[in-house]
Amino acid sequence: MLFVVPAGLVLAYSFFRRSAIGGIDYSFTFDNYVRAVDPFVLKVMLFSLRTALLTTGIALLFGYAVAYFIATRPERYRLPLLVLIVLPFWTNLLIRTYAWILLLGNEGLINRSLRGVGLVDGSLPLLNNEFAIVVGLLYAYLPLMILPLYASIERLGRPPREAAADLGAGPVAGFFRVTFPLTLPGIMAGCVFVFVPSLGNFIVPDLLGGGLQIMVGNLIQSQFFTARDWPFGAALAMFVITITLVLLLVQAWILNREKRYTARAA
Amino acid sequence: MPRKVGRTRDRVLGASSVVVYGFLYLPILVIVGLSFNRVGQPTRWGGFSTQWYGELLRDTQLIDAFKNTLVVALVVTAISTVLGTLLAIGLERTVRSKVLDSALFLPAVVPDIVLAIGLLSFFTLVGATLGLRTIIAAHVVFDMIFVSAIVRTRLGHFDRSIEEAAQDLGATRLATYLRVTFPVILPGIVAGALVAFTISFDEFIIAYFTSGIAATFPIRVYSRIRFGQTPVINAVATVLLVVSFTMILIAARLNGRAARRALERAV
Repeated sequence: MLFVVPAGLVLAYSFFRRSAIGGIDYSFTFDNYVRAVDPFVLKVMLFSLRTALLTTGIALLFGYAVAYFIATRPERYRLPLLVLIVLPFWTNLLIRTYAWILLLGNEGLINRSLRGVGLVDGSLPLLNNEFAIVVGLLYAYLPLMILPLYASIERLGRPPREAAADLGAGPVAGFFRVTFPLTLPGIMAGCVFVFVPSLGNFIVPDLLGGGLQIMVGNLIQSQFFTARDWPFGAALAMFVITITLVLLLVQAWILNREKRYTARAA
Repeated sequence: MPRKVGRTRDRVLGASSVVVYGFLYLPILVIVGLSFNRVGQPTRWGGFSTQWYGELLRDTQLIDAFKNTLVVALVVTAISTVLGTLLAIGLERTVRSKVLDSALFLPAVVPDIVLAIGLLSFFTLVGATLGLRTIIAAHVVFDMIFVSAIVRTRLGHFDRSIEEAAQDLGATRLATYLRVTFPVILPGIVAGALVAFTISFDEFIIAYFTSGIAATFPIRVYSRIRFGQTPVINAVATVLLVVSFTMILIAARLNGRAARRALERAV
C-alpha cells in the first residue's frame, strides 16, 4: 500500500494540468504526454537511455570478470573479496560522486599526474561530459552487477564447464554455449539492477555532467523544483516507471522459460 | 581444459579484478588523503593537518544538519525495525505469496526519484507540512522493506519444531514468541536495524524532495558540493565513510556469525 498509493498518484498527476500559480489543476488531459514528444525532451530521453545502456554494458563486462574471478577462488577468500566489493556501495552516493570531481577535473588528480609525467600538455576533458557521467554511474552501481553474477556463477560450480571441455568444446565455445546461458538469470538481474537506477539518477549527471549533459532524472527534478510543473514531471517519471516494469517483465519471462526448460530436461 | 588456456584466462580475470578493486577504492583513498591536506585542494600536498576537521566542528550549519539527520535516522530505525520485523513474520508465516513478495521489492528496484516524487505528491495531497516528519515517514516506507528482507533470511533458517516444543511444554503463544522466536531472530533484527540506520543516515534524494525547508546532512553536503568545492567536505566525507563502514561491518559480522552458528547446529 505504502508504495502503490504514491505510484498511483504519480500516474494520476501525469494526466492533470499545471495551474497558473504552479499548483495542480485537477482536470484530465493528455497534454503532458504530448509535450514529451518535444525534440528537446526526446533528446534527453535518448541520451539517458544511451548512457544507462553504456554503463550497463561496461558493468557487465567487468562485473562478469570479477564475479568469475571471485567464484573460482578458494572458498575462504570469497567472502572477504565480496565484502570489499560491497563496502564502498554502503557509503553516501554524494560523497562517492564528489570524489570523482576531485579525480577528473582539469586540476584534478588524474590530469595533474598525466601532466606530471609529460603525457599530456593541457588537460584531458574528463569532467562535465558523458564520460564522467558513465564513470560516476559505474562507480555507483557496479556492486549491484557483481553480486547477482557471483551468485549464479558460484552456484554453477565446475562440473558443467568440465563436461563441456570433455565433450571437446574449446574454452571459448564452452563459455558461450554452457557457462553464459546457465548464468543468464544472474546476468539479467545484474543488468536490471544497474540499468534502472542509472536511468533515473540525477545526482551523477548533475555533479559530473556539469549541467550541460542532463538526463531524465534532472528533467524530473527541475519540473518539481524550479519549473514547478508537477504534472509534466510526473509524466516524465511514468516513462521511467514504464521502462522499469517492462524490464522486470522481460526478466520474469526469461526466468520462467529457463525454469520450464530445466523442468522439461529433468 | 588445456592448462595454458586456463592460465591465460586466470591472468585476464585477475587483471580485470585488480582494475575493478582499484577503481572502487582509489576515490575513497583520495578523499581520506585530501582531508588531511593542509592546502585543502587536490592541486598539491601542503603537509599533514587536521585543521579541516576543526573547521567542521565549528561549522554550525553542518552541525545542525547533522543533528537533524541523527534524529531522523534514529526515529526511522526504531519504527522501521518494528514494522519490518512484523512484516517479515507476517510474510513468512501467514501469507506466502510470490506476487506480494515481488510487489514489496518494487520500491527497492524503481529509481529513488520516482518514489520521491510519489511521496511528495502524497504528502501534498494529504496536506502534510514538509519537514523532518515527512522525511521520517518517507524513509520508513523503504527502510522497512530492507529490514524485513534481512529478518526473513533469519526466519528462513528457523527450525519451527522448537516453537512447537515450547508450546507442548505449556508456553502460551505470546510467551513462545518472546522467549523462543524473538531471541533466535534477534541477530537478524539488529543487523536489519543497523542497515536501516545506515540507509536513512546517507539517504539524499528522497529527503531532498520531502524536506521542505528542513535540511538533513546529505542535503547540506549536496549544496556545498554544487556551489564549489570546499575542503571541509573532504573531512565530512571521511567521517561519513568511517560511520557507514563501521555500521555495515558490524551488521555483516552479526548476520554472518549467526548464520554460521545456525549452520553448525543444523549439521
